[in-house]
Amino acid sequence: MAMTFHVDIVSAEEQIYSGTAHMVIAPAEHGEVGILPRHSQFIAKLKPGEVRVKPSEASEEHSIFISGGLLEVQPHVVTVLADTAIRAKDLDEAEALEAKQRAEEALVDRKADFDYAKAQAELVEAAARLRMIEKLRKQHKG
Amino acid sequence: MAGAKEIRTQIKSIKSTQKITKAMEMVAASKMRKAQDRMLASRPYAERMRGVIGHLAMAHAEYRHPYLVERPVKRVGIIVISTDRGLCGGLNINLFKRAVATMKEWRDQGAEIDLCLIGAKAQGFFRRMGGSVVSKASHLGDSPRVADLIGTIKVMLDAYDEGRIDRLLLIENEFVNTMAQRARTTTLLPILPSGEDELKHHWDYIYEPDTKQVLDTLLMRYVESVVYQGVVENVACEMAARMVAMKSATDNAGELINELQLVYNKARQAAITQEISEIVGGAAAV
Repeated sequence: MAMTFHVDIVSAEEQIYSGTAHMVIAPAEHGEVGILPRHSQFIAKLKPGEVRVKPSEASEEHSIFISGGLLEVQPHVVTVLADTAIRAKDLDEAEALEAKQRAEEALVDRKADFDYAKAQAELVEAAARLRMIEKLRKQHKG
Repeated sequence: MAGAKEIRTQIKSIKSTQKITKAMEMVAASKMRKAQDRMLASRPYAERMRGVIGHLAMAHAEYRHPYLVERPVKRVGIIVISTDRGLCGGLNINLFKRAVATMKEWRDQGAEIDLCLIGAKAQGFFRRMGGSVVSKASHLGDSPRVADLIGTIKVMLDAYDEGRIDRLLLIENEFVNTMAQRARTTTLLPILPSGEDELKHHWDYIYEPDTKQVLDTLLMRYVESVVYQGVVENVACEMAARMVAMKSATDNAGELINELQLVYNKARQAAITQEISEIVGGAAAV
């Protein structure tokens, strides 16, 4: 009897693979793991590498590259929760800093906006004065 | 006759506006379909994760991750997801109303608020409103990527880890259908497991490398995926709202043109009648 189980490879952005398999090989943090049908419940962090899915004993392997993620194994279902981007602690840190900086820049910008409004008010006032002066001149001439 | 010419230019300008709104409507309609597909594609990931987290929270009473424990609230973090562009009806206004109401609710309970803003419209709104903005992201485009959000979310997660905020809320637009979008508030952190029925069957995972590390990664990814889903859903909402707004703008322009056309015809007719009676009058005088 051919023994197979269901495999889902999903990322936050899309479903990458879904189908039945005879064996799945995934790059866990402590080395590659091969999952066969009726494996006991297992959960592991994956590092960047390729996940290989073998639909049946004789067939070709499908190879899917993932940039890390998690592997969840139930006796008849295997789920790979794949990351969509290369993740590293310091890389995340840099991204976070950037987001913070954007927020702080906006504070400076707000000042710029305020100055802009002030400048505009001053401009309107100056223009009104100019018009007044011109009117007075015309009256003097006329 | 002076009136007729003015009316004609007005009709022409309304017609060109109508062409623009019509084009925007069609663009929004085709983008909405894609956005909806993307929204559906992102669902299985979060669903699988929720299942695993539910199980882990039940199976591991001895290790309580800070994300799973409720604590007294002194400061609230709020993530607001808005659009980058306008011309989409009342979508953003409704969202901001909800945000302001939620903020007031927490302020009344004595909690302070930190904001994390996604989308240019939210940034513009809260610049005018005031409020402490700790992180922001905008211009994610029509097909946002998780990578663009990681940093923005991490600021809030770090704040939660360090105890600077005690609760993390998400305010976003919910896509009910093409005609209706609703502002929605959800609690991101702490995650409170809901399924009590899990306790019936006792089994546990084999963990690699260990429970803590797996749970840490899982929870972080989960929050990210929920926010990502919110962003994708927001794009679908934006397109649907714009489509509806532009459709009614196009219809209104059509009505306006019809009315003006009638006024124009009357004015033209009156001018001709006047001319004829002048000629007839002139001939009679001779």
